[in-house]
Amino acid sequence: MALSELPKLDTTLDVSVSAAGRLAAIAAGEAVQTELHDDLRRETAVVDVRGFNLWYGPKQALFEIHMPIPKGRITALVGPSGCGKSTLLRSINRINDLVDTVRTTGDILLNGESIFAPHVDVIDLRKRMGMVFQKPNPFPMSVYENVVYPLRIDGVRDRAVLDEACERSLRGAALWDEVKDRLHDSAMGLSGGQQQRLCIARAIAAEPEVLLMDEPCSALDPIATNKIEELMEGLRGEYTIVIVTHNMQQAARTSDYTAFMYLGRLIEYGSTATIFQQPHLPETLAYVTGRFG
Amino acid sequence: MSHGVPRRDRLRTRRSAVEALRARGEPALWLTGGALLLALGMIVGLIALLMVGGLSTLWPRPVVRIRCQDGRVLMGEIARRETARGPDGRLVRRRLVRIGNFELTHEHFAWVADHEVAAEDCPPEAMVLERVAWGRFYGLPRALVAGGRIIATNAAEIRAAWPSIHPEVVARRRRRERIETVEIGEVNRRLEAARLRARTAELVAGRDSERYAIARREAEQVEQRTAEEFARLRAEIESLNAHNAQFHLDVVTADGREARLMLADIVRMVPANALSRAERWAVYGSRWWEFISDVPREANSEGGVFPAMFGTVVMTLLMSLAVVPIGVMAALYLREYAKPGPWVSVVRVSINNLAGVPSIVFGVFGLGFFCYMVGATIDELLFAARLPNPTFGKGGILWASLTLAVMTLPVVIVATEEALAAVPNSMREGSFACGAGKWQTLRRIVLPRALPGILTGMILAMARGAGEVAPLMLVGAVKLAPELPVDRVPPFIHPERSFMHLGFHIYDLGFQSQNSEAAKPMVFTTALLLVTIIVLLNLLAIAIRNHLRRKHRSDVF
Repeated sequence: MALSELPKLDTTLDVSVSAAGRLAAIAAGEAVQTELHDDLRRETAVVDVRGFNLWYGPKQALFEIHMPIPKGRITALVGPSGCGKSTLLRSINRINDLVDTVRTTGDILLNGESIFAPHVDVIDLRKRMGMVFQKPNPFPMSVYENVVYPLRIDGVRDRAVLDEACERSLRGAALWDEVKDRLHDSAMGLSGGQQQRLCIARAIAAEPEVLLMDEPCSALDPIATNKIEELMEGLRGEYTIVIVTHNMQQAARTSDYTAFMYLGRLIEYGSTATIFQQPHLPETLAYVTGRFG
Repeated sequence: MSHGVPRRDRLRTRRSAVEALRARGEPALWLTGGALLLALGMIVGLIALLMVGGLSTLWPRPVVRIRCQDGRVLMGEIARRETARGPDGRLVRRRLVRIGNFELTHEHFAWVADHEVAAEDCPPEAMVLERVAWGRFYGLPRALVAGGRIIATNAAEIRAAWPSIHPEVVARRRRRERIETVEIGEVNRRLEAARLRARTAELVAGRDSERYAIARREAEQVEQRTAEEFARLRAEIESLNAHNAQFHLDVVTADGREARLMLADIVRMVPANALSRAERWAVYGSRWWEFISDVPREANSEGGVFPAMFGTVVMTLLMSLAVVPIGVMAALYLREYAKPGPWVSVVRVSINNLAGVPSIVFGVFGLGFFCYMVGATIDELLFAARLPNPTFGKGGILWASLTLAVMTLPVVIVATEEALAAVPNSMREGSFACGAGKWQTLRRIVLPRALPGILTGMILAMARGAGEVAPLMLVGAVKLAPELPVDRVPPFIHPERSFMHLGFHIYDLGFQSQNSEAAKPMVFTTALLLVTIIVLLNLLAIAIRNHLRRKHRSDVF
């Protein structure tokens, strides 16, 4: 019996059993052919991950990842802890370069250009990708200075430009109304949710092409989470967003495409509706329905 | 077993007292609490001793006149009391009287046993006369002579006339001192500069050169001109001295000897037994002001400690200026740039060990390296004309500061490293993700965030450096420095000059003073001042740090 026919046997037990078998095989080292849905082929990829492998020292963390990330869409990366979602995300803006022991093979393209090519200026690359981290990490300076930081390091001094960028980004991050009267107070005085939106404002201040979000809501309460999700809704279409999340509902609510990763492999990748309702693979179904992970 | 419960499952009976002690550790509680109490007690005791000893030194005490049974009459202030074994083996209580009048008695102090005393009183007209030289004089005033005329003949009149006469005499004395030090010094400098030019010409162009001949002629001209100036200044000094010679105070001592004190030599007249409470405080205040604003006299046992205070503060600030940038940069490299590995560990351990090297060793290093190597090289290159007199090739405030900077470098490096390590990596990542480079991240994010910790290191370094004496004795602290390291003579900052330091001043007072009884109370006062200055410097740094902390408040949620 072909493996792809398994989900059609729509019994919980069977799904679990076959999923468990598949997952065990992956754990044992069996090569994985990513189940890439057809609707992705109709999109334009702004970032294209091609045959990407990554090692932390001797330990391999990513295996042969092929993943086109569609322009202007929200793509969610889901999977159990330690499956390499964050590693993949952090490879896209090469922030993983900061870890001494990292070694990679394969390639990641941004608009068709390799980001690992020797002539690429990694600083410029990072400027074209905003990144939001798991824990809010505002800098120890004023709200204003936090937002315009990417411009400041570019040497922008013109007050008008900075003011404009500050207001636009804070409005974009749905934070303007809350902080407009205390722009010059320390950002450390904001609440956790506000700090995270401030980090989003900072990430979009330099008008990046891609916004990378590494579990942006995991340290926030439900109300703050809700605000961030509304904000993502507002940014949809303007930015290409890649979001790592542990929260299935969040992925289902916010994203256009969902990629399921397991043990450093990309298992299945397709439109969010399909992944959550009729995934092609039993292990994906088992994961998104909460049977493991 | 009686209840059918296995023995090992039943609750144990009470342990023996010894066992219980071992388990609960009551003695440990007493031991730790006691140790803390001991430490606190020592600190409180130290501060109390300094406060009592330091604050009481300058308080005007009554003057006691003591007639002894053997006919001696002593007058002075009681310095202290003690019980000692007399020559016959019995215990006697005796007092140490500061009798002053050194030129008459050749003693500053005298012991009087209680059983020798026939009578004693506090004559209300007794005066304590603090003088520029020879220490204090205790006597009963007879006549005040001003401008050659007797204008007062009893204590009350003299006190009344004093404020209108004494200040102008002092002003003339100060004018004379100013001529002697500043103005003659200025002329001397010009003379010296002309000679140096001639000597430089000789060194550069040779003895037979025209340049040397010209410089030589110029130097001679300057010499002639300065000779006239010297004559003029000397004449002015003469006239000031002649004028001041007409002002004197005739005093009779307790044992009836007469003395004539020049008003110009008197710093302060204190009618010690006739002071009201307010006047007593005024004298106390004026003595403190003199102490912190004036130069020392009488082999440092009297007068002020301003040069020492100034030297301490300038040296500490210079040291901080040197040690903080270097220490911070070294720590930045170690923590942010160097790849962790055995080499970095070796370097780190070495730095930590450096902190444990005795300070005198750093003094030896400073003397050998800064003074004799660096300083001598500078002298050869830039001040060849002054040789063999060293300019930088001897102890000076710059070398002292650098020596202490080397000594306190480990403190700053370790503190900075810890502060850098405490900056969360998420901040660095956030900055890198914004497209910042390594240096931008360090300068804009990491360093500001680590600044309070770095300042803590600076505070520790300052606290250690400001109180250090041993290395300074080798590299530039002196008993008496005629000139301050910063003054109005171009180029205003003189890093090559030796300087006075409060810590060294304490050592000098305590161990090197001829008049050790008079110097002893000053040890406490100076120590109190040193501690106060260190505390003030630290408070300043702490205030800056707290300001920065508030600015970068990091309480999340």
